[in-house]
Amino acid sequence: MQQRFDILVVGGGPAGIAAAVRAAECGAKVGIVDDNPNLGGQIWRGASESIGEAASWRGKLQATNVTILCGTRVFHQPRAGVLFAEHEDGLQVLGYENLILATGARERFLPFPGWTLPNVMGAGGLQAMVKSGLPIDGKRVIIAGTGPLLLAVAAYLRQKDAEIAVICEQASIRNLARFSIALLRHPQKIRQALRLRKDIRGVPFATSSWPISADGRNALESVTISRNGKHETIACEYLACGFHLVPNIELPQLLGCQIHGGYVQVDELQETSVKGIYCAGEPTGIGGVESSLVQGEIAGFSAASRPEEARKLFGARERGRDMCSLLDRTFRLRGELRNVLSSETLVCRCEDVSYSRLQKHSSWRAAKLQTRCGMGPCQGRICGPATEFLFDWSPDSTRPPIFPARVDNLAAMTEPELQQTTISGGS
Amino acid sequence: MPDEITIVVDDSPVRVPSGASVAVAVAIAGRACRTSVTGEPRGPLCGMGICFECRVTINNIPHRRACQVFSEPGMVVRTGD
Repeated sequence: MQQRFDILVVGGGPAGIAAAVRAAECGAKVGIVDDNPNLGGQIWRGASESIGEAASWRGKLQATNVTILCGTRVFHQPRAGVLFAEHEDGLQVLGYENLILATGARERFLPFPGWTLPNVMGAGGLQAMVKSGLPIDGKRVIIAGTGPLLLAVAAYLRQKDAEIAVICEQASIRNLARFSIALLRHPQKIRQALRLRKDIRGVPFATSSWPISADGRNALESVTISRNGKHETIACEYLACGFHLVPNIELPQLLGCQIHGGYVQVDELQETSVKGIYCAGEPTGIGGVESSLVQGEIAGFSAASRPEEARKLFGARERGRDMCSLLDRTFRLRGELRNVLSSETLVCRCEDVSYSRLQKHSSWRAAKLQTRCGMGPCQGRICGPATEFLFDWSPDSTRPPIFPARVDNLAAMTEPELQQTTISGGS
Repeated sequence: MPDEITIVVDDSPVRVPSGASVAVAVAIAGRACRTSVTGEPRGPLCGMGICFECRVTINNIPHRRACQVFSEPGMVVRTGD
């Protein structure tokens, strides 16, 4: 199927929704494409509340005539102005005049012995599973890693009657104290923090604490944590584990957008180094939902050639930038997290490549070629950020397809007819 | 719409909440999703379609990400590939 849009938005989280709404309100023909079965991104996933920010933006989106393409995964750009995406029903050829990338972020996972056991999940991963219907009431859960997401997940799971055995935050109490003081500049965040504190009252919260092993026969049975230098083994049914977030920059990279320090570089109008391609939200810096929304709005106005509307939002965006660097400082990973791996600990889960096999290599590329690390279906999305932390390796070039695609869809990548075809207006 | 539906996971019927992902159905059935290249059982990690650990065969189509597919009545899921 072929469709053409004035403005195509990739990613249906807060940034993507805000971008699509503003662009459509300016009269552009807008499409929004997302891999997930529903819009909302990870943060608003399955949000069914009838009030609040998610509901308000959903209402705004419904009031427009934006074309929504869910369950559709972009995997290739055959030429400028066209993207190939895969849907259950086949290949989607999406043409665009301007493109807005709102590809969001994923959790950073760090390997430790036992982390491949079933029921060891991401913190956001377990929350997503519960939102997708996983019964968690009465289940004993340990939450570990770093970053504000841990508290949000704890509050959510507790509300669903899970028993939270402990939250292990690797950051020190000193970093967290500084963070609290700096939050005073962000009244909205303060309100959120106070609400969270109320929601997780009574849950044990350990700082300078991290998992050192997960154990069980066929699935998780217990977790050993390090807490103030002492080891402690705790029985549990789930370990929800995430070490802050890493941006999804594979598509921006494929399209040739300039990346610096792991983030997509944008100008004041959220335009990337590639003319007509804009980027908003977490790929430009991990700043959270408010920041993503305002960047999305700016990108939407900019892509629709309304810079004067975009400019009105610059002030609001500044506050988000400040939050981004504050989060980076507070939740910087401590070196001790590198010491928990044993030689047999798997680092690449797709190809089952152990830590000791990787230690023999000096770069991501050498490790890939010699061990197949990063060459499985996740294409290094999980082990890449882990090896970046463990070995200071940086992943090299991104090549299409950026997601595994079915053979018939891959074949389209080489079909001259589809590459050259002009996509006419309408759908 | 009924509150629960029945799907088949590894030849056994499983009752799951309506709207549950296939990954949830597999978890309720007490099964792991896939078997790794060295033979380890694996279940979902990221829950958002990135890690590919939750791959299962759905209605004879292999390598579907269970976390990205809704359960539908009568669906037949096979794990362990």
